[in-house]
Amino acid sequence: MWKFGDNVDTDQIIPAEYLVTGDPKELARYAFCKVRGEFAKEVREGDIIVGGSNFGSGSSREHAPRALIGAGISCVIAASFARIYFRNSINIGLPPIECKIRAEDGDILEVDLGKGLIRNTTSGESFNFKPLPGFLQEMVDAGGLIEWLRSKPQ
Amino acid sequence: MSTIAEKILSRKSVEGERVSAGEIVACKIDYVMVNDVTGVPAFEVFEELNHSMQRESVVAIADHYVPNKDLASAKQAKALQDYCIKYGIENYYWPGDGGVCHQVMIEEGFAAPGRLIVGADSHTCSYGALGAFSTGIGSTEAAAVMATGELWFKVPETQRFIVDGKLRRYVSGKDIILHILGDISVSGSLYRAQEFYGSAIESLPLADRITICNMAIEAGAKAGIIPPDDKVFEYLKGRVRGDYTPVYADKDAEYEDTFRYDAETIPSTVAAPFLPDNTSPARDLDVVIDQAYLGSCTNGRIEDLRIAAAIVNGRKVKRNVRMIVVPATQQVYLQAIREGLLEIFASAGAFVSGPTCGACLGGYMGVLDAGEVCVSSTNRNFVGRMGHKDSLVYLASPAVVAASAIAGKITDPEDL
Repeated sequence: MWKFGDNVDTDQIIPAEYLVTGDPKELARYAFCKVRGEFAKEVREGDIIVGGSNFGSGSSREHAPRALIGAGISCVIAASFARIYFRNSINIGLPPIECKIRAEDGDILEVDLGKGLIRNTTSGESFNFKPLPGFLQEMVDAGGLIEWLRSKPQ
Repeated sequence: MSTIAEKILSRKSVEGERVSAGEIVACKIDYVMVNDVTGVPAFEVFEELNHSMQRESVVAIADHYVPNKDLASAKQAKALQDYCIKYGIENYYWPGDGGVCHQVMIEEGFAAPGRLIVGADSHTCSYGALGAFSTGIGSTEAAAVMATGELWFKVPETQRFIVDGKLRRYVSGKDIILHILGDISVSGSLYRAQEFYGSAIESLPLADRITICNMAIEAGAKAGIIPPDDKVFEYLKGRVRGDYTPVYADKDAEYEDTFRYDAETIPSTVAAPFLPDNTSPARDLDVVIDQAYLGSCTNGRIEDLRIAAAIVNGRKVKRNVRMIVVPATQQVYLQAIREGLLEIFASAGAFVSGPTCGACLGGYMGVLDAGEVCVSSTNRNFVGRMGHKDSLVYLASPAVVAASAIAGKITDPEDL
């Protein structure tokens, strides 16, 4: 688990100079490069990011959640999200979980999206969150907006 | 009963239902805008959908990395153009034709009162200055709108901002919105719509109102809206595409909050790194600068250039300071030539370029090195926003940018 503070903007997640591709793997190489140089090297498949309030603020660049998907991030937990990031994240199938939790870098977390439950297995604490409204959870489950639209009759 | 946001989303509702804050509603979209950075991923996703294109409602504007800054951006800009040709997108703007996307959307008559416009750029909220509900989205959603012409919204709560009184000399719309950000913080309007009222707002030219609504997103807002008046209707004459219907809030509309400000007490305001809410009066700062940047969707309009040109006219930019002037669009650029403004800037020792988003987002044409300081008329001062992670951006009005370029340090224009 990777811990961040409040107001993590999308310029921090992926700086603008790398917005010349939409490829998640390519973008992941530069994720957080200006603020946390070790992230791209050390992040592992399935890792979780925990942020404070207003996570994903600023630019609408969908490249931000794409970079996180490319880096193998399985979900982002934050006290609150900036709205464009929140939608982008759902639309490409990376669950945004609005919940204020206690956790430190390196803690192991278990997340149950359906039950709305986060367990910090390192500290033993549990936290409840409100699951997404039905159609948004459907969208995440489908893998994103496009897959969800395709699954519906036109 | 209803706020402007509630009314526009109700009018545009697919099911024709009347909705209020908190409800989720599917709406018909008037226009969806994409740029060179967000447009290519949008078209790529659109192709996965295997669906027909709502081409009349799509607007594609190359602005972020054009004229092409390097091979990768050249490839990206070409891809955008190729997609526009392939899908017959008539509303496609390229270098020498358009400029910074939000100013193009307004100049070209896409933005109008009562419209519902989405754009794959966070500053799409700018069109609220004309009484539209407009908001930023991502590339995948833009693709979905290109195909279906619809999008879902959660109807936002609305906060009301009332600015009454007379603004002091050199104090502008930029100072108002920076002052408000300093008060409510960068998360002060998260998920909400903002409406702006009061005699100071009414007295502002449209250009300044656009600046205010442009930066609604910096408080996390979904939309920033100013009720349209004669200044807007006059501006739209001979410009607007199709008909439009102005929408106003009901007298008994329910606001989540009301914030009041006295215009006379608002100073020329600057936001120091690394958040737009880190504000203080320009006069209180003692900051030597390396660069002064005038341009962007926030403050690259002809009115902004006029204010800055009046300050630099007959003076010289301080030795070792780079003043960079970037008119927002080709129309602004042409008008600035006609009025002799570009000659004033160039004679003062400023570097003048054609329209581009350029250095606002650390793209090119004015990227900062480690330790460098820029006073900028743009909208964001995040870590590394205009270049090196150890560079510093101070947000300010065009008047402060111009005065600072002359003085070589952040300066209230009244003190120049």
